[in-house]
Amino acid sequence: MINKVVKNAVEATQDIQDHMTLMLGGFGLSGIPENSISALVDMGVKGLTCISNNAGVDDFGIGLMLQTRQVKKMISSYVGENAEFERQLISGELEVDLIPQGTLAERVRAGGAGIPAFFTPAGVGTEVATGKEIREFHGKKYLMEEWLTADFALVKAWKGDTAGNLIFKGTARNFNPLMAAAGKITIAEVEELVPAGELDPNQIHTPGIYVQRIFQGSGYEKRIEQLTISK
Amino acid sequence: MLDKIGIAKRIAQEVQDGSYINLGIGIPTLVANYIPDGLNVVLQSENGLLGIGPFPKEEYVDADLINAGKQTVSMLNGSSLFNSAESFGMIRGGHVHLTILGAMEVSENGDIANWKIPGKMVKGMGGAMDLVASAENIIVAMQHKSRSGASKMLKECTLPITGINCVKKVVTDMAVLEILPQGGFKLLERAPGVSVDEIKEATEGKLIIEGEILEMNI
Repeated sequence: MINKVVKNAVEATQDIQDHMTLMLGGFGLSGIPENSISALVDMGVKGLTCISNNAGVDDFGIGLMLQTRQVKKMISSYVGENAEFERQLISGELEVDLIPQGTLAERVRAGGAGIPAFFTPAGVGTEVATGKEIREFHGKKYLMEEWLTADFALVKAWKGDTAGNLIFKGTARNFNPLMAAAGKITIAEVEELVPAGELDPNQIHTPGIYVQRIFQGSGYEKRIEQLTISK
Repeated sequence: MLDKIGIAKRIAQEVQDGSYINLGIGIPTLVANYIPDGLNVVLQSENGLLGIGPFPKEEYVDADLINAGKQTVSMLNGSSLFNSAESFGMIRGGHVHLTILGAMEVSENGDIANWKIPGKMVKGMGGAMDLVASAENIIVAMQHKSRSGASKMLKECTLPITGINCVKKVVTDMAVLEILPQGGFKLLERAPGVSVDEIKEATEGKLIIEGEILEMNI
């Protein structure tokens, strides 16, 4: 079996270099690669382009990498709830490409699936369509969007095995399986790493072919942004 | 005039049995609380959940189970989970019947602006552009006028557009308006205590009034 298991986030991320493009899984703070982000902050790698639906909050997730000015550009769909982000954006320190969430998901999916471009109705007639090819199919207008790929994809799963197979939990799945397929090198951190053979193949969400490195993470905070309960 | 809960209650009357619905953040989320008993509907959350349940009891809170507003939620019997590409596939593919969302401006030809105030608000569009480009029925929940009294029911939107020719109906604190395929806000109902003249005054876009306009029944 191909050996994919690494000791921890430090070992997994050690060859990530300045000015690389990264994909980071997660929606809000749910399903984010907490351990890999910490390792990148400690490492101090700079000038990164980060593709991620959100940018974390001021003191957690990608927000930590913004505080240390490691991010040159964000490609996201929604970046609210992050004052440092807004400050860097308005001051011009940070470049941001805001794209519709479904377009972002599909561009990443396309990157992993070898589809260089596709047509979507999202953004027709808006500033998102600026400079893009518009084509009409069956009387409706669509705009062309291109795939996204990355030097590294950093994903987080619930369970994984030594063959790189992943299972996600709840809505922490979100962008993770798409990004796992779209990274040239995909680093998966999991809450529980088991020997190959212990996960039911029927239940696998991400087949191991997409994962080059895997480790069992530690100290997961799994912060909640909006705690809402019923009595 | 309706408060936010009033707007949510009135929109809940539009919900049809057997539909799959995506609710936006804010007033639209409140609509779930007022869907009439006996209607079977399924709520979709674009971060990857069909069958959103109520907020969880404290002991069942799970950081891995949130809605698109990042609030902790629960699942129901029959719920399912999926990735973000699949989620927007079901949106763009027309499988989600009804989208209810908020807006800052709506125009008489059904354009909507709700994602950006240049120089002020830079949060991003999230899933709004995909939703408004795709759902067969789009209902907007919003205030009729700005705090300074300017109409938000316009001939043309002044803010950056989220989607064009897509809004079918608007429920505001003052009125229920249908956007006609040929353009124009057709006044369907007025909020309790609001006169037709007040609605005329508050609507900059083309307002179409036919016959007697009844008060909403909430």
